[in-house]
Amino acid sequence: MITAERKPMEELIRCVKPYRSILLAGCNECVTVCAAGGRKEVGVLASALKMHFMKAGQPLEVQEITLERQCDPEYVDQLVSNIDQVDAVLSMACGCGVQEVARRYPNKPVFPALNTKFMGASERQGVWAERCQGCGDCVLGYTGGVCPVARCSKQLFNGPCGGSSNGKCEIDPSVDCAWQLIWDRLKALGMTESYEENLPAKDWRPGGGGGPRRIIREDMVI
Amino acid sequence: MENFEPVIVAFCCHYCAYTAADMAGSMRLHYPPNVKIIRVPCSGKVDAIHVMKSLEKGADGVCVAGCLDGDCHFKNGNVRAAHRVEYLKKLLDEIGIGGERVEMFAMSAGMGERFAQTATDFTEKIRKLGPNPAKVAHQAQRAAG
Repeated sequence: MITAERKPMEELIRCVKPYRSILLAGCNECVTVCAAGGRKEVGVLASALKMHFMKAGQPLEVQEITLERQCDPEYVDQLVSNIDQVDAVLSMACGCGVQEVARRYPNKPVFPALNTKFMGASERQGVWAERCQGCGDCVLGYTGGVCPVARCSKQLFNGPCGGSSNGKCEIDPSVDCAWQLIWDRLKALGMTESYEENLPAKDWRPGGGGGPRRIIREDMVI
Repeated sequence: MENFEPVIVAFCCHYCAYTAADMAGSMRLHYPPNVKIIRVPCSGKVDAIHVMKSLEKGADGVCVAGCLDGDCHFKNGNVRAAHRVEYLKKLLDEIGIGGERVEMFAMSAGMGERFAQTATDFTEKIRKLGPNPAKVAHQAQRAAG
């Protein structure tokens, strides 16, 4: 999922201060799962903003809505009935959702309520960790299902650096050394010959080095 | 604010604090009528949104009362509730309402006296803090027209 965290209240308050009414728009996908911008978080933030501005003697009207997805135009269209009733939109989606709302409603100021972080997985309740950087040319098949791009601090492709100690990375003892994980898994699977294979220098163009990326599926384009 | 009577919402776990409140009643112990009890199946059921909406709708203080450490009927609902209350305290400080308006308490079903004392102490604490500032502003705005 795409993970995100709510911005500090001070920043959000500054964003919406010039407006009398806002649409607080959540997203029912990734940010719901990482408890940053789903229906519940929309409710909590709406209450917080309403109480803050009420106390400040400058009441703020907050309309709450949570779309199925904010990164698809079909769902963003659903805001059409609310958009004219508000001065601005505060989006609790990831950066993709914020941009889609901004594109669809060019005359309405749109602000992000979240800081979008990374593509990650849930390690345990309340803990999410980075797992993928969208490099565009997946090597997980060679590395025992552990990504050296997202999980090795140096993004090394052919074994660990000298900073690997007792299975941990030198940047932080709470960070696993990706290459230790890769080796352990290859060994457990009897696939250590995969480790001997030298991976060539990575072409970063599919990973964004060639500018903004897009996927075009000719069979689906209408 | 001389006549200020705080509105306190108390989310009480069915297995401890709610029964303790019942016990306080059976023991004829007095506690302030300001405390409005909402029975929940576990303090872990109480979410940030319940507390925030209570305050938004006019509560001056909210408390979550769960089981003693290690005694939760659902293993660790009370620990989760305590974490949420800590999170809410920070959020309420950030928005200027004040984190001290929210509190987590722990007690067992047999602690009727503890319930009555806690309810009294918390009510007095909120009375000293004064009314929820968002509510005051809202009432002033309505009075102004």
